Amino acid sequence: MTERITGVTRRRAAAMAGAALASPFLFHIARAQTANIKVGFPVPLTGPYGAEAQDQVRAAQVAIAEFNETGGLKGRQAELLVRDDKLNPGEAATRALELCETDKVDFVVGSLSASVQLAVNNVTKARKVLYNSISQSDAINEAKDFSPYTFHEALNPHMTGGAVGRYAFAKYGKKVAFLTADYAYGYEMVRGFQAAGKPMGVQTLIDVRHPLGATDFSTLLPRIQALRPEVLVISNFGRDQQIALKQATDFGLKKSMKIVVPILLYTGRIAAGAQAFDGVVGGTSYYWGIEKTIPSAKAFNDRFRKMHNGRVPSDYGSLAYAGVKTFLMASRQAGTTDPQAVIPVMEALKYDDYKGPEYYRKCDHQAVQSVFIIESKNAPAGDPDVFNVIATDAPNEVNLRSCEELGFK
Amino acid sequence: MAGLTLQLLGLQLFTGVALGALYVLLAVGLSLIFGMLTVVNFAHGAFYMLGAYVGMWLLMHGVNFWLALALAPLAVGLLGLAVERTLIRPLYGRGIDYPLLLTFGLSYIIVEGVRVVFGNTGYPVDTPEILQGAVNIGVGYFPLYRLFVIAATAVILLALWLFLERTSFGLIVRAGARDPQIVRILGVDVARVWLIVFGLGTALAALAGVLAAPLQGVIPEMGGPILAEAFVVTVVGGMGSLVGAVLAGLLVGVVVSMTSLFAPEMSRVAIFALMAVVLLIKPQGFFGRAGLMS
Amino acid sequence: MTVDNVVALRPSEPARGWLSLARRRRAWLASLLLILFPLIVPFKALAAQILVYGLYALGLNLLFGYLGLLSFGHAALFGVGAYFCGIAVATFGLPWWAGIGLGIFGGTLAAALIGALAIRTRGIYFAMVTLALAQCVYYLFYEEAGWTGGESGLTGVDVKTIDLFGVSFNFVDPLVHYYVICAFVVAALFALSRILASPFGAVIEGVRENEARARASGIDVSRVRLVTFIVSGAFCGLAGALLSLNLSIVSIETLNYETSGLAVMMCLLGGMGTFFGPFVGAALFLLLENIVSLYTVHWQLIVGAAFVACVLFFPRGVWGTLMQGLEK
Repeated sequence: MTERITGVTRRRAAAMAGAALASPFLFHIARAQTANIKVGFPVPLTGPYGAEAQDQVRAAQVAIAEFNETGGLKGRQAELLVRDDKLNPGEAATRALELCETDKVDFVVGSLSASVQLAVNNVTKARKVLYNSISQSDAINEAKDFSPYTFHEALNPHMTGGAVGRYAFAKYGKKVAFLTADYAYGYEMVRGFQAAGKPMGVQTLIDVRHPLGATDFSTLLPRIQALRPEVLVISNFGRDQQIALKQATDFGLKKSMKIVVPILLYTGRIAAGAQAFDGVVGGTSYYWGIEKTIPSAKAFNDRFRKMHNGRVPSDYGSLAYAGVKTFLMASRQAGTTDPQAVIPVMEALKYDDYKGPEYYRKCDHQAVQSVFIIESKNAPAGDPDVFNVIATDAPNEVNLRSCEELGFK
Repeated sequence: MAGLTLQLLGLQLFTGVALGALYVLLAVGLSLIFGMLTVVNFAHGAFYMLGAYVGMWLLMHGVNFWLALALAPLAVGLLGLAVERTLIRPLYGRGIDYPLLLTFGLSYIIVEGVRVVFGNTGYPVDTPEILQGAVNIGVGYFPLYRLFVIAATAVILLALWLFLERTSFGLIVRAGARDPQIVRILGVDVARVWLIVFGLGTALAALAGVLAAPLQGVIPEMGGPILAEAFVVTVVGGMGSLVGAVLAGLLVGVVVSMTSLFAPEMSRVAIFALMAVVLLIKPQGFFGRAGLMS
Repeated sequence: MTVDNVVALRPSEPARGWLSLARRRRAWLASLLLILFPLIVPFKALAAQILVYGLYALGLNLLFGYLGLLSFGHAALFGVGAYFCGIAVATFGLPWWAGIGLGIFGGTLAAALIGALAIRTRGIYFAMVTLALAQCVYYLFYEEAGWTGGESGLTGVDVKTIDLFGVSFNFVDPLVHYYVICAFVVAALFALSRILASPFGAVIEGVRENEARARASGIDVSRVRLVTFIVSGAFCGLAGALLSLNLSIVSIETLNYETSGLAVMMCLLGGMGTFFGPFVGAALFLLLENIVSLYTVHWQLIVGAAFVACVLFFPRGVWGTLMQGLEK
């Protein structure tokens, strides 16, 4: 049973002062000063990604605490305004409107799905509010949805699919079948894999699309099995991924092919257990185990463990840490939270928050960063060390779509 | 279409039947409740989910699979009895919409209740050891557990059939489904029959849940989509008809499976398109009776 | 048809003087309440959402409350309206008023198509057939990602200013935003009031109260049902269009069956078959959700329990019960 994060109780504080005072979870209200730096944080606390969202809140709290303990911005403290977007774009847009219009936040960080991310971006763009998105999408990089106020700390499908593809096709074979969730995220991942595979002479045997939120993949598997691919790429997310891997294991697919996924989710692996994920290879923006080689990861993990009862941060959680931290650090460097001053600082930033060196590319504000290739191992239940890091795809702009490709002049 | 063999079609047919088996169990419960009580049970998906969770919880605490398969439906069935007695019974005679709305609200409570107890994230459920692996069924290898689901459904249906055909209680249920007024006039305690039928229906839903758990794990939201699909099955089969529920369940399973083969992304819309077509041709469904509709 | 023991407005019933006056001026009073509403709700964005969902529930109420037909597929009418308006503004760059017009058209069109099919079925089948047809619409819009954005939703439904009679309103300003939407909702309220007071309104309630008698009086019941469904679609289409302008996005969840259920819940909470009930229901639902989520993430538990309590003990809903109390 998951520990519940009640940061969301902050949400109606403005409207209900009495209730706000009664809430024991207001980390910074005691120190509240007139001009706190407000970070709006819409994440899907209710719904299937609740576990990820709660971890995002935890990680964001770490970033806030660090900033405040080191003096804030000329004495101004930061506070986190957590909102539940319910994984619903309409809900997310409403919450984002409230954050921008009524709470008058300085930054918005958050989202856990492409559609919610685009919805929040649409609101912040029109109101000229800084936004750091922490979920994967190729669309947000494109010139059509670009906003000078939006940064993209998460990986995008092109980077992820490319990194995993380059590793997997070289190692496991060039005859590839795809099983893909029928929405933008799935297509973008496949496109990333195929872009990486093309120069390697990879042959796509079939691309089977499954409906989003499918609970039964059994009807799709015999066909894939009959084609005898060397690699099966399963491009879906969350619960779809857990069920697909479980049923692929049941149908014995792992005996004849290597199963590869673009993002191997930490919370998903923990929830679904070792059996279904055993031997599956995938990519990630962060796995806590990299602390053995990367000092900034060690520092972040230690901080996180100390603040949250020895837990380790998850992949998507860590993105929230970096997303909040870069804004706070940039505003400290700029000496103000004024977007016009913060944006140039963000664009020039070279940072190593938690996973090695990163920077935001100027044309689309995408964080150029490493992708870790990991493999699930047969760890006993309760052991947080569930992956082996088997390769690292170093940060390189070549692995991103070019600015021209995205429609920037 | 390359690689399309008779074997693949055969295998696909089998997966369709296995999928249909779960629809059948849910639809039979729905149909039983509707046919008897004229209650459209919108909480049926929630009872299915609850069954899966209770089963998961029992397995987690070292209860063996076969016992869990019996205990979880029993527990959920008892809850079903309580729900009928306390919440639904006051609504009889107030129009057909009210029980529907009540169970709709109830499903929110059950789903959220499960979230309170078990958290938002789902849990994996391992296939019982004895049923792991795949067996050759002539057209290729097929997961043993799915064969078991088909067999278990067949056994349950047989038992249900014997119960309805060979016991005096079954006779009352069948008569009650045809004309509850006459049955009441004949001096039968209809209220008690309705109570038991509702419990039985929810127990069947829970059983489907326990059977589904090793296929897909458990998650609080698992009852939503399958409820919509089970509705389609009952409507296609004809509401209140058990034979219709069984045949339509298998049909829908096979239709989903075959569309998955040729146009996977259309597999879900196929279910609803099938229903629209059937209703246009035969507004009562295959085995439905016009009298039940108004 | 079963005769639901839900009390709607019965013009023939004797009532106290001021109450009957209030009843005759119901559209004025309702509008006044909506105009004062932002003064008590702290978040303008939430207040605007309540308006939009109230109008959507009002559309369903015409069918569910006044005619007695339960639809579980109204999300299709709402969503198609939202997408038509969104696509008009975002993709074709049409002005906002054209978007609203197309939104109403979209809702009406969807209602005509779904209605023509669903009206063939009766009673409980109607609820399930509308549910299934709405799901078909959902998947259709989901698959046509080139137009609708698919799962990612439609973005860029941006209206920055609204020019009216030579005056330019800043639509990004929260309060202006609210009152522009409010103006359309008020117009809809007056339209509904006129419809209900017309002979057709009497026919609608006549069909609900006693279908056989209505039939015997020479009323074409199927036709009344279809026309009411289509009119209901026009209201829902308008609500959808306002939703897309309010949030400047359209998400595929708008077409989801849960959105259909939402309208039913709001109607019942507020009081089906009452003029202002849907708005009370929408406000109660959205505010309850927000207040309860102040204390717990398990707000659905409370909302579900409140709903069940309403079904069991207050079938007339909060507003309906209140009105009944005043009449005594």
